[in-house]
Amino acid sequence: MSGGFLIQAIVFLTAAVICVPLAKRIGMSSVLGYLIAGILIGPYLLGFIGTEGEDIMHFAEFGVVMMLFLIGLELDPARFWRMRRLVLGMGLSQLLLTTCFVFFLFYVIGIGLNTSLALGLAFSLSSTAIVLQTMKEKNLLHTSGGQSAFSTLLFQDIAVIPILAFLPMLATSTNQLAANNHQLLPTNTPAWLHTLVVLAAIALVILVGRYLAVPLLRQIAKTRLRELFTASALLLVVSIALLMQLVGLSPALGTFLAGVVLANSEYRHELESDLEPFKGLLLGLFFLSVGAAIDLGLIGTQPANFLFLLFSLLGIKLLVLWSVGKMFKLRNDQNLLYTLSMSQIGEFAFVILAFMAQLNLLDKNGFSMGMALTAMSMTITPVLLLINDKWLSKRMNRVLPEEKAVSEIDEKHPVIIAGFGHFGSTLGRFLRANGVQAVYLDHDSEQVALLRKLGFNVFYGDASRLDLLEAAGAKSARILISALDNPAANQQLVETVHKHFPHLQLLVRAKNRYDAYELMDMGVESIYRESLDTSVRLGVDVLTMLGHRAYSAKRSGQNFIRYDEEAMHELHANRHDTKQYLSRARQQIEMQEKLLQAERFDKTATGDHAWDSEPMRKAARGNTNPPPDKSAQA
Amino acid sequence: MQPLRVLIIFAHPRFEDSRTHQALIAAVKGLDAITIHDLYELYPDFNINVEREKEALLAHDIIIWQHPLYWYNCPPLLKQWIDMVLEFGWAYGPGGLALEGKYFMQAVSSGGSREVYATEGRNRFSLNTFLAPFNQTVHLCKAHYLPPFAVQGTHRLEAAAIADFAQTFATLLIKLQKEVPLVELKAFEQLNDWMTTFSNDIR
Repeated sequence: MSGGFLIQAIVFLTAAVICVPLAKRIGMSSVLGYLIAGILIGPYLLGFIGTEGEDIMHFAEFGVVMMLFLIGLELDPARFWRMRRLVLGMGLSQLLLTTCFVFFLFYVIGIGLNTSLALGLAFSLSSTAIVLQTMKEKNLLHTSGGQSAFSTLLFQDIAVIPILAFLPMLATSTNQLAANNHQLLPTNTPAWLHTLVVLAAIALVILVGRYLAVPLLRQIAKTRLRELFTASALLLVVSIALLMQLVGLSPALGTFLAGVVLANSEYRHELESDLEPFKGLLLGLFFLSVGAAIDLGLIGTQPANFLFLLFSLLGIKLLVLWSVGKMFKLRNDQNLLYTLSMSQIGEFAFVILAFMAQLNLLDKNGFSMGMALTAMSMTITPVLLLINDKWLSKRMNRVLPEEKAVSEIDEKHPVIIAGFGHFGSTLGRFLRANGVQAVYLDHDSEQVALLRKLGFNVFYGDASRLDLLEAAGAKSARILISALDNPAANQQLVETVHKHFPHLQLLVRAKNRYDAYELMDMGVESIYRESLDTSVRLGVDVLTMLGHRAYSAKRSGQNFIRYDEEAMHELHANRHDTKQYLSRARQQIEMQEKLLQAERFDKTATGDHAWDSEPMRKAARGNTNPPPDKSAQA
Repeated sequence: MQPLRVLIIFAHPRFEDSRTHQALIAAVKGLDAITIHDLYELYPDFNINVEREKEALLAHDIIIWQHPLYWYNCPPLLKQWIDMVLEFGWAYGPGGLALEGKYFMQAVSSGGSREVYATEGRNRFSLNTFLAPFNQTVHLCKAHYLPPFAVQGTHRLEAAAIADFAQTFATLLIKLQKEVPLVELKAFEQLNDWMTTFSNDIR
């Protein structure tokens, strides 16, 4: 295949566009989607791309460099310091222990010392992309298991830099030459001079980041040309990468350093958002080319080997993670969450393996095997988490029905509240203060244990699951409140309830107007936008502080909420007709404006002229007989 | 002698547009020993702090309900205030002696003139007939109900006339703070009439 750049681009993009959404749809991370796409178009299946995949991989490695720059940018030193005990303690012990065991495993099966060590380092890492994504989706980041995972990942992300810098030392001297063929210095440079040059380069990066980059970015920001800013951000990263390569250091290390230096500048967010798409695209491309490089035939010929290694690696990782969790006193259910969610080998392994192949630390077979092991371990994670969830919910929810007869609970609890976060707990406290005992569903095992202790009836688990809803008494309850933080989860719950418990009155929390539209599409009538009442209440207070009468401000706020809800229903009816929507939206805004202004200025133009005596005054002056029905008013 | 302490319970849902009540309030605000509870400003959500209102009642001798007359009655928040604050067993009923001997008075405004509020007028009843429920409420609380102070025909009042009324209102309150001649006052239909007997001294 040498159909030129455009055809290649089409092959890559098509594969990505088809595979990534599919992977997402069945609950896998996008990394796996790219990998599978890569395998599909690779030489072993469809054969759209052949050996040029490796060239593309070299190019796409720049995505990794960029990712490290962004990780550096996100490394808020204050936050790092606050979490230092967790980050250093958990991260270091996990990394060292896993590396040791994995090293031992490979060394025992007869792989060279250096390669085994490098493999140990590569496989000790977990996947930031997969774990954080999963935790975010399940709203578990704030639990102690989630925090532990975050800390460990943070440490691993930082550890990648020294690992990448360390790898060339493991390679034999001839290989090193091949790896760094762009080096500025001749290979016979004395060691002290080499060290000096390296240190100078690092100092240069820090100095440039601190004293040159920010003023430069400021000047460029003044031009207000967004693409110029993007270009200079790219320029910054590329030049640092090149500089590092010239002095024989890992480009990733340099850009990471630059990221940390720039983390405190005011352009942090701009840099992040400008480079994010490039990073995403290049990383995608990188994973695609990694997938294309995996030799499926090899695994097919030695399945026993493959399975043995896969389960040994998983076993080692699980064991180490569990012990680390124990060492840091995680509750068993949280430790299980931490252990299982972190059990996969991370995407950095692809980078390290590729680098190892470049350094001739790994032959083609070893590389393919390592790639396949990493990819497979990633696939297993969602399955493990699913099993954990089922088991945990069974174990945690068993306690309640034993304490009281189910029917008794049902009679007493006409209300089920899904989600016990800030929203749900406020609601729960209010209902409890009024003697309404509700049943709660939550996905955070720690929270559940705590609430149980306080005497709340809480069930652990995914609220949209049928068996959990049944256990919570959805059959005999009257009202179900969906107070989950995640709009998608709320919608899923609504679907389940509509299908299996149509008798339940549904009250649903909505993030915003658009979220509310989706719920209206599903036929939900009672929708509560979290962005509406609070902001209007604040606005009413502002009016009062500015000297408006409290009661008038209050009524204006109440009217505003009413108009807003009415307008939302009207807009919803026309939502799918885009053109009309645009004009109607404008019309609605104008209506709202008119109504509100009228409330203050032109009272006669609206339907509300309560306690307004101006027309009566006019009538009284112009006419000796004011309308009798209003004559009582003053 | 210490002046009697006056508490004005003021209820106007649209005070910012009321010429009459703005003038009345301005005339008495800041006077010695006069407290004003602006109900619609204090309790825009109608959630009246009953304890605070009760304490205020105990701390004053003369209570004035100041409000416009809407549909021959007080605005709803004042009714809410009466319903909530004048508790059974506190203001009335067994042991309800908290308000015993205090003076209550209404300061009202009406769009219709005094002539309209008469048997032969369009409103068919006198102002005091319409105020009978308030009178009886005070009576039930073992307090003294004084004749009302009224600003009537407000739709046609010129600014100067309103200013006159406000001045009279302030003078009235200062007089009452010195002494409340109960028997003498009860002879008048409105305290406006009592005030006219002094008009010569004032001017």
